[in-house]
Amino acid sequence: MNQRMIVPMLGEAWHAIGANRMRAFLTMLGMMIGVGAVVLMLAVGQGASAAVKRQIEAMGSHLFVVLAGSQQAGGARTGGGNATTLTSDDAYAIRELPGVTAAAPVVMGSYQLIFESNNWNTQVFGTTPDYLTARDWKIADGAGFDDSDVQAARRVAILGATTAKNLFGDASPVGQVLRIKNAPFTVIGVLAPKGQSLDGRDQDDTVMVPLNTAMRTLSGSRFRNAVRMIMVQAESDGAMAIVESGMKDLLRERHRLNGVDDDFFVSNLTAVANSAAETAKTMSLLLGAIASVSLLVGGIGIMNIMLVSVTERTREIGIRMAIGARQKDVMAQFMLEALMLSLTGGLIGVALGAGGAYAVQAIWQTAVEVTTQSIVLAFVVSAVIGLFFGFYPAWKAARLDPIEALRYQ
Amino acid sequence: MSAREADQAGRPPQPDGKAVIAVSRLTKTYSTQAGPVPVLHGIDFTLREGEFAAVMGPSGSGKSTFMNILGCLDHLTGGRYELAGQDVEALDNDALASLRNRVIGFVFQGFNLLQRATLEDNVALPLVYAGVDRATRRQRARDMLAKVGLAKYAQSRPNQISGGQQQRVAIARALVNEPRLILADEPTGNLDSKTSDEVMDLFCALNDEGISIVLVTHELDIAQYARRLVRFHDGLLVEDTPVLNRSWHGVKP
Ligand SMILES: Nc1ncnc2c1ncn2[C@@H]1O[C@H](COP(=O)(O)OP(=O)(O)OP(=O)(O)O)[C@@H](O)[C@H]1O
Ligand SMILES: [Mg+2]
Repeated sequence: MNQRMIVPMLGEAWHAIGANRMRAFLTMLGMMIGVGAVVLMLAVGQGASAAVKRQIEAMGSHLFVVLAGSQQAGGARTGGGNATTLTSDDAYAIRELPGVTAAAPVVMGSYQLIFESNNWNTQVFGTTPDYLTARDWKIADGAGFDDSDVQAARRVAILGATTAKNLFGDASPVGQVLRIKNAPFTVIGVLAPKGQSLDGRDQDDTVMVPLNTAMRTLSGSRFRNAVRMIMVQAESDGAMAIVESGMKDLLRERHRLNGVDDDFFVSNLTAVANSAAETAKTMSLLLGAIASVSLLVGGIGIMNIMLVSVTERTREIGIRMAIGARQKDVMAQFMLEALMLSLTGGLIGVALGAGGAYAVQAIWQTAVEVTTQSIVLAFVVSAVIGLFFGFYPAWKAARLDPIEALRYQ
Repeated sequence: MSAREADQAGRPPQPDGKAVIAVSRLTKTYSTQAGPVPVLHGIDFTLREGEFAAVMGPSGSGKSTFMNILGCLDHLTGGRYELAGQDVEALDNDALASLRNRVIGFVFQGFNLLQRATLEDNVALPLVYAGVDRATRRQRARDMLAKVGLAKYAQSRPNQISGGQQQRVAIARALVNEPRLILADEPTGNLDSKTSDEVMDLFCALNDEGISIVLVTHELDIAQYARRLVRFHDGLLVEDTPVLNRSWHGVKP
């Protein structure tokens, strides 16, 4: 077997397959479905993990949200963020726990914003500078507020990009004065745009003001210091467990609960995002199972058709041996044919899988990613299957006795 | 022997020339489900460089069995077979394939061409297994087709030409790798007498070029193209005589 024989052998393999097109197509179906499922599986899996990565990046990493309210036996939370048990002082206390990098108390409400003749209704957050740290939000224009702004309850505001655009058009709002619930606020900064969140909300349609300003000027809460939630960031994934238990102990002590049900609820946002990834992984595994079964069936199909082919062409094999084909030449010929079947099936499978991935994306709005690696992997898998399942028929052909093969009718 | 050759055209074989085939006490027994079937019972046969032997004998006398062993397509049961000085039984499968490829050209009664391939590709096939490059393969295959008078059919397929033409393609294929020995088992068995004569003229011309030939036939007038006549009967070589009134007088086909 040398390189000069490869080209004529490839040609012969191609002709042999071409001579039985329908049969070859049916044989390749298993490979097509299997490889298609592999490509689809990887595309969905990669897409999901990339989406989770993006989500965590957008949300900020190692995040907890502490909400007021209690958790019932069934796991349902009552009271939601409407209970008034959580205070800004709880947040400042959590801020001092080991492993905590930021703890931002948050109050919020929907208010009418007015600048000159422009009106805009949006969600206004009252919080501390820690909020920007925790969510890793950046100021694109102007500056953020600091702790002294919170302490002094200054009427300053940071606008999200959408809000800024709706009230100020393309002009920079920094330094302008707008009215929120009729109170004048000076715009000191604009947030960098973040686009849509995963649940489809425009994250840029927002306004941030210092916590104390919001409490005094906007919500006018009956309960001083009561906040809707506290956003807490741990310094690393590893610190999350300590922060979670530290936080719970601290709040139980501060709320003097000793033994009574918790009046707060801690939710691990990173875990929530990861659970979405888990769902995608499960789906990938399911596809993976389909893929392995199809590939196995496809491989057996190739083996079957190659065995038929060897039997049908016994005489041809005898002729080839009579004029000088060695066992390895016959072996190579049938291996090449099996390989060509599996690779052609694989090629069509890659196209089907990629097409299917984009169909999934279009129909279910899930992110998919068809990577070069997954295509290379699909081809390697196809080749391995062709070689593995082609081996036995090829070996059978090579082992034929020349004279027996020539006598075969 | 030289007296016989003197009045005949073509290059005479040297009586003391090198043996291409040397067979001694050759036996062959087929093992079948019904038990062993002894077919050849001890054949002694030598073919020297440039000889042309015709093998005749009744059906079932073991001629094809003998030819298949000579062609390294089948194994002997007992005795010894030397091809071009090599003990064939001592060789492995690859070496036997190489002998079939380079030393022997086998011509079958049923032509045994690949139906899917063009005539040119059929003729070039032994060169593929010899590892010859594409350009040389094409050239040699075309030369051989021209030699058997079928140059213009290079791109046809076997089912598009006549039996006599197919047999000439098979001969071209047997010749393409320049073998020293042609083995032909009833090459004219499927041909009418006119095409048979054409094919035999071709064999004679090849023999005149120095290629040794063993040819099986049932017809005496075909056998008379050869220089030597060997008769088989019930697995034994019973007669080995020179051909006195040869049908071939050196006329090119
Ligand atoms: N593969 C085989 N298995 C068993 N017996 C066989 C086999 N091949 C041939 N024989 C037997 O060996 C004997 C010789 O057969 P062979 O084909 O050599 O005869 P032949 O001289 O070529 O006959 P023909 O002139 O009809 O071609 C026959 O009796 C045949 O039945
Ligand atoms: Mg016979």
